[in-house]
Amino acid sequence: MTHLIQLHEFDGGIHPPENKLQSTGRGIKKPPMPNELVLPIHQHIGAPADPVVAVGDTVLKGQTIAQPHGYVSAPLHAPTSGTVIAIEDRVVPHASGLTELSIVIKPDRQDSWIEHQSLCAELGLDDCDDIPADALIARIRDCGIAGMGGAGFPTAVKLNTGKYTIDTLILNGAECEPYITADDMLMRERAVGIIRGAQILLQILKAERCLIGVEDNKPEAIAALEAALLELHEEHHIDVVTIPTKYPSGGEKQLIQILTGKEVPSGGIPAQVGIVCQNVGTALAIAEAVDEGKPLISRITTVTGDTIVDKGNWDVLLGTPVSHLLKASGYQAPGKRKIFSNKKPTRIIMGGPMMGFALPTTELPVVKTTNCILAPTNKELPANDIAMACIRCGMCADACPADLLPQQLYWFSKAEELDKAEQHNLFDCIECGACSYVCPSEIPLVQYYRHSKGAIREERATYQKAEQARERFEARIARQEREQAEKDAKRKARAEAAAKAQEAKKSAAPTNSAADKASISTSTVQAATNSADLEKLQKQLTGAQAALVKTKEKLEAAQNDPDQADKVALFEGALAKTQDKIKKIAIDMAAAKKAAKTSTTEAGVSDKGDPNSPERLKKKWDTAHARLETASKRLTEAQEQGLDTVELLTQGLEKQKARVEEAKAAYEAVSSSTKNSSVAEVSTDDLNKENANDELNRKIRAQQDRVAKANERLEMAKAEGLDTVDALTKAHTKQLEKLAGLEAQLTPAGEA
Amino acid sequence: MSTIIIAVVVLSVLALVFGALLGFASVRFKVEGNPIVDQINDVLPQTQCGQCGYPGCKPYAEAIAGGEKINKCPPGGEGTIQSLADLLGVEPEPLDAEHGAEKAVPTVAYIREDECIGCTKCIQACPVDAILGAAKQMHTVIVDECTGCDLCVEPCPVDCIDMIPVGVDRNNWYWQAPKTGAALIATDRQPSASTLVAEEHV
Repeated sequence: MTHLIQLHEFDGGIHPPENKLQSTGRGIKKPPMPNELVLPIHQHIGAPADPVVAVGDTVLKGQTIAQPHGYVSAPLHAPTSGTVIAIEDRVVPHASGLTELSIVIKPDRQDSWIEHQSLCAELGLDDCDDIPADALIARIRDCGIAGMGGAGFPTAVKLNTGKYTIDTLILNGAECEPYITADDMLMRERAVGIIRGAQILLQILKAERCLIGVEDNKPEAIAALEAALLELHEEHHIDVVTIPTKYPSGGEKQLIQILTGKEVPSGGIPAQVGIVCQNVGTALAIAEAVDEGKPLISRITTVTGDTIVDKGNWDVLLGTPVSHLLKASGYQAPGKRKIFSNKKPTRIIMGGPMMGFALPTTELPVVKTTNCILAPTNKELPANDIAMACIRCGMCADACPADLLPQQLYWFSKAEELDKAEQHNLFDCIECGACSYVCPSEIPLVQYYRHSKGAIREERATYQKAEQARERFEARIARQEREQAEKDAKRKARAEAAAKAQEAKKSAAPTNSAADKASISTSTVQAATNSADLEKLQKQLTGAQAALVKTKEKLEAAQNDPDQADKVALFEGALAKTQDKIKKIAIDMAAAKKAAKTSTTEAGVSDKGDPNSPERLKKKWDTAHARLETASKRLTEAQEQGLDTVELLTQGLEKQKARVEEAKAAYEAVSSSTKNSSVAEVSTDDLNKENANDELNRKIRAQQDRVAKANERLEMAKAEGLDTVDALTKAHTKQLEKLAGLEAQLTPAGEA
Repeated sequence: MSTIIIAVVVLSVLALVFGALLGFASVRFKVEGNPIVDQINDVLPQTQCGQCGYPGCKPYAEAIAGGEKINKCPPGGEGTIQSLADLLGVEPEPLDAEHGAEKAVPTVAYIREDECIGCTKCIQACPVDAILGAAKQMHTVIVDECTGCDLCVEPCPVDCIDMIPVGVDRNNWYWQAPKTGAALIATDRQPSASTLVAEEHV
């Protein structure tokens, strides 16, 4: 029992001559095996499949030869066993007449199947109703099933309804387009398979009901389906609904409207209203895929038209060339008949007369969506190439099943006012061709719409690309700016670092120089302190010497004075003390002088690098000179005071003289090499002085010797108590006086 | 006399009130940026080719907003000029030939990779970063990103870059507009040379 279904109606539609009876006269036949099968990798909507076989590979029937590329795609299987003889670009059955990559298989005529089994057996389940929906969808995808009504949308994608809850499954058996009887014959002969497919679909979608819409011009198909329902005990879940014959009731949206009264929103999909619609051929393919493991490798195709002798339906392997099918159907090219020779050759149309397209050649393969090959005579289906002016009759608007305004769309399309055409819902046009069919001016309206749709899509793509280009350009500019900024920042940082380093250097240089200065100052301070020490020591020395002289006098006085005899020892102790003090002071002085010398040399070294410069040598010489002077002064003093340091001092004087000589020689060597006349003059002056000094010194030394001798003789005489003591004392005094005179001469000479 | 004073006072008060209102509105409803520039930029083809004399489409859009002529964009061609004219409410002008001619078919750059020496000059020239490669490595063009601006052709020292027309495949093919029906009105006008050529090709 079928449920009572309230049918609805869609606006518009036409009733063209059906021309279906010609091809329902006989059952479905299999054509002979062609010599080659051409399988384009892009037989479905979505991304082309990727070939997984190479030229020369042997393939079995049902073997996967191309894998889907991405989600919206479908695999491809070998329709028969054989060898891959080529993977190359071949003309594809598409309105564009373009070439596309195709896998060419040469059949080995063994037709040996690859191993295949039902999904139920593969999963090892006892109850085939337990197969999860995911596994079923995966099987459907693996078997390469794409919508067989004509669009070729991958079925697995369509069954993944996602967030939408499906309450109704609709199987489309309307087959409203004239001439085509492929679905009709399929329903008549394979109704059980179709109902089985419906069961599987219901299992996947978990829908409450299934409606199979069949036009009332196919009573045999309806009867077969009802019988199949009874056979499978599905009469309570699945309803075969007879709908009135009207073109285009087989359109998905129109069929949904007829059966449920729901309208699919503009730009939406049927799942949005809780409906999934599948072609009956697709349902059969699903049943075969799930229950037998057979992929989609063949389909039912109607070959009809007045040029065909054996009009009817064929179970065609995918990839079979159209020419082969036409030959099998007894196609007679009308051009061969004399009577038509002056006429245009007839067209071969793939699809029906309303929505099909003329093939550029018959060397094209049958693909998953090929439901009909129509080979009409020119009389039967005259080519329409004389479009007349639109008379604004409005018949197209009456015929439009999508409630559009074809006339307005035509004007906009013709004037390339694409935005206006879009505003008039051009994209809701299903390209059924009803408007063109009713047009009294025979304007190819659908072709205008197709062109406009393509142009709008292209415009969108261009805009998309422009947006992309703009984004990339802006990203590039931003990147360049960032890089520039980074570079600038780096440069700035470097410059700053350099400036800092410079500053640090500068500040370090002052500190260094300050440090230098400090060191110099310390050294000078040291020198100063040294010199101060020296002065102090000198003073002490002079003081001590004075004290010594006084003590000596006192001692002599005490020795001479018997009253003070007890004080002699005291005086002698004091004298010794004073002498010790003087010695100590002298040692300290020597140390201080040494320190001063080193500090001055240090200062000199830090001041000037070259120790052999004439100035330095000059200085050296001068200092040596100064020392010589002081040495000779002290000697004089010592001699005057008759100290026992005379000899020491004399030795020092000798040393000093030698140093002066050395310094002089060095200076002269340098100054003579520099040939500085002034320096030379100075040196000659100095030389003269030096000579004079030398002379005097020699005389002093000789005199000193004499003094010493006289002193010895005096001492001896005194010790022996000789009467020559007086004479000797006189002589000694004379000698001393002479020495003093010589030294007096030396001192001014040295000072000069 | 008092009438005049009243009138002057009333008018002054009104002027002040409306002035304050306008001042407030200009602050409250201030529009950031120049929206017309973005609109113009949307119309331009974004090839960033610089044929207009500006360093990119946005600068040209800014220049147009500032009064520059709208006919300096060869990649956009007549279509862009028409769109700009519609947008700005000015008369469309023919494309300024000084800046180049509109391409008959869109092209993309193609590097003959055997000849590429890896100098990276084209990479630096590409305004949309559509060329991939590194120094001393072969370069190649990302076809989907190439705008066909020709800017990479000039810098190539070995002339290994070709501008090849974008091929038609099933992704970008679409139906051609049907030919308008046969001339139904008989005419004695001589067909122009271009029509004859077109007919020969048909």
